[in-house]
Amino acid sequence: MQWKNSKASRFFSLKRKYLAFPYILFLVLFILIPTLLIIFYAFSDENGNPSAEAMIEFFSTPSKISVLVVSLFMGLQTTLICLLLGYPAAYFLADKKINKNAVLVVLFIMPMWINFVIRTGATRDLLSAIGLDGGTHPWEATLIGMVQNYLPFTILPLYTTMLKLDRAQMEAAADLGCSPFKVFIKNVLPQSLPGIISASEMVFMPVMSSYVISDTLSEGKITLFGNSIYLNFSNSQWNAGSFMALIFLVLIGLSMLVTRRFEKDPVASRGGGIW
Amino acid sequence: MDADTLIISLEHVHKEFEDGFVAVDDFHLGIKRGEFVTLLGPSGCGKTTTLRMIAGFSLPSSGKILLNGEDITNLPPYKRPVNTVFQHYALFPNLDVYENVAFGLKNKRIPYEGKDWRGRPKTKYKRLSPEVIDEKVAKALKIVDLEDMEDRDVASLSGGQQQRVAIARAIVNEPQVLLLDEPLSALDRKMRKDMQLELKEMHRKLGITFIYVTHDQEEALSMSDTIVVMKDGAIMQVGSPEKIYNEPVNAYVADFIGESNIYNATMVGDKKVRFLGGVFPCVDDFPLNEKVDVVVRPEDVLIFEPGKGIIDAKVSSKVFKGEMYQYVLLVGKAEVLCRSTESYEIGEKVSISVLAKNIQVMHKELTENEYMNAWLDGKGNVIIGEEEEISFPADYTALLKGSHIDEDGYLVDAKTNKKYDLKDADIRLTIPLDKVELEDDLSKGECRGVIISSVWVGDHYQYMVRTEGEEDFVADTPYAWNIGDEVAIHVAKENLHLSLRKELSTYAVEE
Repeated sequence: MQWKNSKASRFFSLKRKYLAFPYILFLVLFILIPTLLIIFYAFSDENGNPSAEAMIEFFSTPSKISVLVVSLFMGLQTTLICLLLGYPAAYFLADKKINKNAVLVVLFIMPMWINFVIRTGATRDLLSAIGLDGGTHPWEATLIGMVQNYLPFTILPLYTTMLKLDRAQMEAAADLGCSPFKVFIKNVLPQSLPGIISASEMVFMPVMSSYVISDTLSEGKITLFGNSIYLNFSNSQWNAGSFMALIFLVLIGLSMLVTRRFEKDPVASRGGGIW
Repeated sequence: MDADTLIISLEHVHKEFEDGFVAVDDFHLGIKRGEFVTLLGPSGCGKTTTLRMIAGFSLPSSGKILLNGEDITNLPPYKRPVNTVFQHYALFPNLDVYENVAFGLKNKRIPYEGKDWRGRPKTKYKRLSPEVIDEKVAKALKIVDLEDMEDRDVASLSGGQQQRVAIARAIVNEPQVLLLDEPLSALDRKMRKDMQLELKEMHRKLGITFIYVTHDQEEALSMSDTIVVMKDGAIMQVGSPEKIYNEPVNAYVADFIGESNIYNATMVGDKKVRFLGGVFPCVDDFPLNEKVDVVVRPEDVLIFEPGKGIIDAKVSSKVFKGEMYQYVLLVGKAEVLCRSTESYEIGEKVSISVLAKNIQVMHKELTENEYMNAWLDGKGNVIIGEEEEISFPADYTALLKGSHIDEDGYLVDAKTNKKYDLKDADIRLTIPLDKVELEDDLSKGECRGVIISSVWVGDHYQYMVRTEGEEDFVADTPYAWNIGDEVAIHVAKENLHLSLRKELSTYAVEE
C-alpha cells in the first residue's frame, strides 16, 4: 500500500529516534555532569582554584595507599572464592538433567531479593554466634559477608554462558583424544571464559567500593576504598574524596581494557557476557 | 562374511532412550575395511544415533560393537581409533586453523619401551614432537586444499572452508574409521556437489573406512560402496547403490531411493504379474496369487503408439526437462511417471510397456486390503475400479469430523458451513482383513467373487476372493470354503476406511 511513503510512517520513523532522548537527558544530568564534577574537584583546592594538592596528598599518605592495597586484595579474594563456589554450581544448574525446569536457579538467586543491609546484619549475628565476629576475625568476617552478597552475581552470568555451551565441541574434543578432565580444561573452560569475565567484573569492583558490608562485619576495623571515599565526603574533604573516586574510575577503566583482551574470540560475540 | 575383513561389526545393537523411544532396534551390520558405507534414511530413523554409538558418544542399551574383533562397546570416545566430522563442524572458535587441526595430535601419546626408576623395562608414553605435528598438519591441510590458511581464525572462514578444517582435523589423526555425520548438509548445492567428489577422492587416497550418514539419497548413491537404508531404527536393505536402486526389497526403499512408480500387484502366473489392469512378464518368481508391490523406474517405462504396448494410457501432463520430457500418463485413474525424448501432446493416447527385467517385484506385508483405485459416486457409495461392479454404501461424513450430508448430497462442514461435492473424488480405500465377510447366500453381499486361494494360518483361514472385474479381496475368517466356491462379499459401512487422495478443499463448492 502507500504506507511506506505516507506522512504517518515518516512521523513514526522520526519519532523512534526521539525515544532515546529521556535517557540522554538522564545520562547528562546524573552521569556526565557528576563525572565532570569529580574530575574538577579532584584537581582543585577548597576555593575552586586548579591544584594538584589532592593528588600529592593521596600518593604521599601511606594509610591511603594501604587502603587501596587492602581493597584490591579484598576484591581479588572475594572474586576468586565466588568463582570457585559459583562455577561448579552454575555448571550443574545448567545441566538440564539435574535442573529440569530451572527452579533451582531461583533458589540460588533468591538472596538478591532480600535487602542487603538486613542480610549483612543477619550475617554479622550468625558469624558472632559461631565465633567469627568482627572483633576477633575482621578479615574473615568481611570476606564471608562479601562472598555471601556477591555470589548470586557470579552465578547468574556463569549460568547463562553454561546454558550456551556447545555440546558438539565437547564431543569433538573427546573424539580427538581428550579425557573428560582434559575436555573441561581445553574446551569447557575456554567456552565459558566470557561468563567468567562478566562474573569477575560483577564482583571485583563493587567489592572494592562497597562500605556497608566491611563496616558492619569488621566492626570498622577494615577500611575499603568505598569507606575511605565516604569518610572523606562526610568530613567535607571534597577534593581528596573526588581524587580517590577518580582513581577508582581509572581502575574500572583499566580492568575493562584488560578483560576486553580476552574477548576477541567469537565465543564472546555469541553472548553470555553481561556487557 | 570373513571376520578378518570386517573392521566394524555391530551385533544386535539396540538403543532405547530414557523416555522409552527406541532409536535403534536390533541393528546388525558388518563393515568391511576400506569401505565407504552410507547410513541413509529420513530424520529420526536412527542413523545418527548409530554413528554416535560407533564414536562412543552414546552407549547402546544392549548389543555389542566390535572394532577389529575387539569389543569397544563401552570404551570412552577418547580411547577409540575413530574420528568424527560433525554436522555443524564443531570447530574450536578460540583456536586458529592450525591449532584446530593439531588438537588431536597434541593429545596423542606414543608408547615406547622405557625404564622405570629402578631400571626395569616399562611402557612409557611420549608426546609427538612439534616438528612431527607441523608436518602432519601441513599434510592434512594439503589434502583438504587449505594450504596457507594455518593462521586464520576459524570464524573468518566460509562454510566450505570450515567444513574442510573439520575434515582435516579428523583425518590428521589417521583414524582407522572416519565417521561423517551429514557433513555436507550446511553447504549450498554447488559446494555440496564439489565436496561429494572430493570426499570420494579422499576416501580413495586415504584408504580408510568411511561411515557416512545422510538423508540425501542422491549423495548416498553417488558416493557409497554400500548403502544401508534405515527406517524407524531398523535396517531395510543393505547393498551397493546399483542394487538398492534397481532391486529395492520393498516399497519403502523404492520410494526413498529416487523417483519411482509403485503399484499394488498380483502374481497371476509363472513370472507374470498384473498391475494397472495389464499382465506383464517379470523375472521374479513369486507364488501364484501372491499380493506384491511392483516398482517401475520412470526411465524404464516405454511409450508406444496406441495398441502396441501392454496397456493403453493417456498423456496427462508434460514437462520439458532439457535433455528429455517428463510425462505423467493416466491409466484409468492411476498415474504413471515416465520420461522420453519423444514429444507427445497432452491428451494424446499412447500405449506403454515395461521390459521384464525392469519390473522389480517385491514381497508385500499384507496387513489390510488396500484399493488406490476407489472413488465416490456422490450418491453415498464408494466404488472400486472403472467397471462400477463393486459398490459399497459408505459413510462420507467420516472424511471430515463433525460434518453431515445435506439434501443435495454435498458434504457440509458443521463449523464453517462450507460445502464439498465429493462426486468422482478419488479415494484410498482400506478394509481390515478380518472385516471382509464372506456369505454363501449370493444376495447378501455388495458384490460377489470366486475363492482363488485358501490358507490356514494358525487359527483361521485366509482366503483370496477375486471378482469378475479382477479385483481381489483378502478375508480372514474361521469358516471353511473351497477354492472355486462363489461367495458374496459384504463389508459393513464402518469398516470401510476412506481417505481422500487430494485435499478436501479441491472439492469445495463455490457458493
